[in-house]
Amino acid sequence: MAVKVRIPTPLRTLTNGVDIVELGGANIGELLSDLCNKFAGMDKRLFKQPGELNRFVNVYVNDEDIRFLENLTTPIKDGDDVSIVPAIAGG
Amino acid sequence: MSYVIGLRCRECGKQYPQKGVHVCELCFGPLEVEYDYAAMQGKVTRESIEKKDRNLWRYRDLLPCVEPKAGLNSGWTPFKRAHNLEKVLGVKELYIKDDSANYPTWSYKERVVSVAITKAIELGYDTVGCASTGNLANSVAAHAAQAGLKAFVMIPHDLELGKVLGSLIFGPTMVRIQGNYDDVNRLCSEIADKYKWAIVNVNLRPFYTEGAKTFGFEIAEQMGWKLPRHTVVPTAGGTILPKVYKAYQEFIKLGLVEDNHPKIYSAQAAGCNPVVEAIRAGRELIKPQKPKTIAKSIAIGNPADGFYVVQAVKQSGGWGEDATDPEIIDAIKLLAKTEGIWTEPAGGTTLAAAIKLIKSGRIPKDESICVSITGNGLKTVEVVQDALDRPESIPPKLEAFDNFIRDHSNQKDATKADGISAAVIAGAVAATI
Repeated sequence: MAVKVRIPTPLRTLTNGVDIVELGGANIGELLSDLCNKFAGMDKRLFKQPGELNRFVNVYVNDEDIRFLENLTTPIKDGDDVSIVPAIAGG
Repeated sequence: MSYVIGLRCRECGKQYPQKGVHVCELCFGPLEVEYDYAAMQGKVTRESIEKKDRNLWRYRDLLPCVEPKAGLNSGWTPFKRAHNLEKVLGVKELYIKDDSANYPTWSYKERVVSVAITKAIELGYDTVGCASTGNLANSVAAHAAQAGLKAFVMIPHDLELGKVLGSLIFGPTMVRIQGNYDDVNRLCSEIADKYKWAIVNVNLRPFYTEGAKTFGFEIAEQMGWKLPRHTVVPTAGGTILPKVYKAYQEFIKLGLVEDNHPKIYSAQAAGCNPVVEAIRAGRELIKPQKPKTIAKSIAIGNPADGFYVVQAVKQSGGWGEDATDPEIIDAIKLLAKTEGIWTEPAGGTTLAAAIKLIKSGRIPKDESICVSITGNGLKTVEVVQDALDRPESIPPKLEAFDNFIRDHSNQKDATKADGISAAVIAGAVAATI
């Protein structure tokens, strides 16, 4: 199963500048594990500790924040769009 | 001269030079401008500030810019003692800091935009943009027009007409996005990645947020180089509250004001209160919400700086309070009838929350209180449209006028608890029981 994950600029130094990567997994947690396995150093950028994302990392599945879904256990299926987005200021 | 050292991640401490970058590449933490406070000692003084023009740039030594390029008439808004409200609420010393009169687009956003646009020009950008609930878009569009920059403003599709026209008049490219502010915000973060624009609240965020400090600097100077013991500030994305706190702390550090341990309080609409909810629950983690409130300018369900609001409130010994839509409208009317200020729902939220904090005893009645008004009611006429009785017309005859006045005179003493203020106060009491 392949899901496209959008990588934000600050993380592209780890993906050789690539902005969309295809990853596999049954849920968001597995998908992000796959990302961390593929790219060295990603782990520390995304996770504060295993199972806990850094405070300023937001993850979206088809435009919905995973905190409105099932967080890291949010299931994913073929063709889903996943984005990793840093939190930004108000307006 | 500039006292800026550079940028530093608030989370992990990594340092960066000054450029259009907003999050730490190591941990995604927000970047904060760092200053050389030691070098300011003895140079940044009450006198050095008082000598400068009465606009927000009089605090330029504490801002991250070399030379002001925007907002030369912005800031230095009214700060006034609210005697009439004091009587209604039974408090001793109440002040209003009134950015509904900020120039040129009538909101606190002139402060952040003046700094961000100056920085955009300094960094060589020719295009600016923003994700906005309306006020920011108005301000970016106006200041960009003045500075001769191209502007792209991204807003939720369902904003009040006044806020939409209030941007369009300045000629930016407006993109109305089908979603709420949080959707717009997320899209803008992707836009900032792809387009090489200065999006003021995304890639210029470290500089932008510094502009919000001038709201706090002005309160302190206008109070006579003193700090209010209690300051109530609205919270949306979480920019202004931590920066007001930072402004107070910077003035204390530089010896410009005495440290009276100022407390800061966060005000949110009940229909969008993720920060107040976290404060009440004693959590640092902000649970995002789907906003449902008439206070659209502060309807941000996923506040990026919410964590820092909670931190500043906690450090200062303050608290958080929310207000329902009817309480917000009542407070808008109360402020108008007592102090002659027409604010938008964000201001109504702040006053309503302040009233509830006073009624519940969180804010003592005998200490100085400052209520932060950040936006203007003329932009959001929709919210009071149904709350005000519009009079029927009469023929141009004296008799008709006499009859009308006999039936309709409502010139009551605004300081007496009339229907509106009684309702607000009763509501506040009811809500706190």
